[in-house]
Amino acid sequence: MNSFLSWITTNQQMIYIVILMIFIGIEVIGRVPSVLHTPLMSGANAIHGVVIIGAIIVMGKAEPGNYLALILGFLAVILGTLNVVGGFVVTDRMLEMFRSKSKNQKARSK
Amino acid sequence: MEINILTLCYLIGSITFILGLKMLSNPATARRGNLIAAFGMLLAILGTIFLYRDDRGNRLHNYGWIFGGILIGGTIGTLAAKKVKMTAMPEMVSMFNGMGGACAALISIVEFNRLINDLSFTINPRLSDLTLVSLKTYLSKGELLIILIGLVIGSISFAGSMIAWGKLNGTIKDYSFKGQHLLNLLFLFMILAGIVYLMIDISKGFVLVSGVHITTLHWVKSIFYGVFAFALLYGILFVMPIGGADMPVVISILNSFTGVAAACGGFLYNNKVMLTGGILVGAAGTLLTILMCKAMNRSLGNVLIGSFGGGSAAAAKKQQGAYKEITLSDAAVVMAYAEKVMIVPGYGLAVAQAQHACHDLEKILTDRGVDVKYAIHPVAGRMPGHMNVLLAEADVSYDQLEEMEQANEEFPSTDVVLILGANDVVNPAAKTDPSSPIYGMPILDVELAKTIIVNKRSMKPGYAGIENELFSAKKTSMLFGDAKKVLQDLIAEIKQL
Repeated sequence: MNSFLSWITTNQQMIYIVILMIFIGIEVIGRVPSVLHTPLMSGANAIHGVVIIGAIIVMGKAEPGNYLALILGFLAVILGTLNVVGGFVVTDRMLEMFRSKSKNQKARSK
Repeated sequence: MEINILTLCYLIGSITFILGLKMLSNPATARRGNLIAAFGMLLAILGTIFLYRDDRGNRLHNYGWIFGGILIGGTIGTLAAKKVKMTAMPEMVSMFNGMGGACAALISIVEFNRLINDLSFTINPRLSDLTLVSLKTYLSKGELLIILIGLVIGSISFAGSMIAWGKLNGTIKDYSFKGQHLLNLLFLFMILAGIVYLMIDISKGFVLVSGVHITTLHWVKSIFYGVFAFALLYGILFVMPIGGADMPVVISILNSFTGVAAACGGFLYNNKVMLTGGILVGAAGTLLTILMCKAMNRSLGNVLIGSFGGGSAAAAKKQQGAYKEITLSDAAVVMAYAEKVMIVPGYGLAVAQAQHACHDLEKILTDRGVDVKYAIHPVAGRMPGHMNVLLAEADVSYDQLEEMEQANEEFPSTDVVLILGANDVVNPAAKTDPSSPIYGMPILDVELAKTIIVNKRSMKPGYAGIENELFSAKKTSMLFGDAKKVLQDLIAEIKQL
């Protein structure tokens, strides 16, 4: 019990961030129209690719002789980059179509 | 100095993520939002590579490996994302999501091994140094829990996403057996038991420093990998029985899972940008999942536990009514001389890649003075907004797309409704039959129009596995065939008129 309480104290910054982020996450997408559900999901998917930073740290810390860490870290970097790059590019492709659509609309109304 | 710049990079990264998500939920700013988040991510990644220092002030090394990995991942990611067809977007998202989950799980595995190595190192040489060891243990306990959570959630997300990916591209069929939910619960229990055991065992092991420890460590390792295996299995079994029509919801849940797994990494490295990004996606993803369920008028529990249409599909099969077919030339005449035509696109259109043919038909009809509109059901296709994206690709003008409410007001004054591979979203059972699995889902009231022409590949029921009595209604005639081919033939017929 005691250790749990002191754990909260040592990590209070992180815990505050977690709580606030939960509320921001909910608040920020509260009024999304259903048309945007898919791109939004895809965009969020790209954002959690931030896990790549963990992979880079793992990779960068690995001792030269520690093959397990080197190989797994290398794999993690590849997968994380896939998530980030693929995620943002796919989202952009989806949204590109929305934009060209509104451009058409503008052209029409002119 | 450098470390302060890194902090600034992370701060900017976190802000761009929040801003990006905010902008993504508005059609006008969505694309910019995505780019802003991508910029923040780039900043955070570059900052980490060049400015990161660990607790002891050491820089990162292995730059070759890091850049190599980024190069490989980046190239494959860009190519895959650029090449994928618009119809295959959903499975692509699922795939990338799985990669993120796997990345989080791998980080956990490496960190666990580092933790264990550190421990065996501290135990062996100085057995007398009890205080030091127990202090170390206490510190690593929280770390261990975070590692385990990251491992479990990341693995579930990875395995689940891969299954969802396979299901959406058709390589994996729905599969469920009796007692599957029980087995799932059992696996979940095993995972939890493993975590609890590891937590207790580690703390016990370190306070009593003795010669037993090296063996205990091996045991601890095998339990850890056991938890890993069970998490993977659980991910597979969790998604396996869920019907393909519900995959968007599942992907959205797994998406928020990966967010939480990424946040675990943030805890582990005391890295605020990972924490912010991960939790943000975890929370937003959960809400998005609920919103998606609402758009389909289904509850989340229903999606996860009741495999869609499983039982009632069999029951509904008996009442297949008689239907009549229409020839291509008749359909062409009916449409060419109508005043107002509504096109209802569905998954069949996406599968056949018929969006361009559809646009051509619309143009040729408009040239003849027919008023052509598209009626878009919010969940037509396999993902919310799927049809909007497809039709936009074919340059269909935005003001010809009508959302469900508008469309429903216009159906009574519509002469011809052309349904292209849509089924469940026009099934009147959603309004009339309380026993139907889609009962209560808002649908397009196409039956209010004067004539209905349904293009389908065959008389098979739609994704939910429910018979559609609309097809045997008096006003309805069927036009069988692949949507693209049928549309092209229709265009040819209309041209000859």
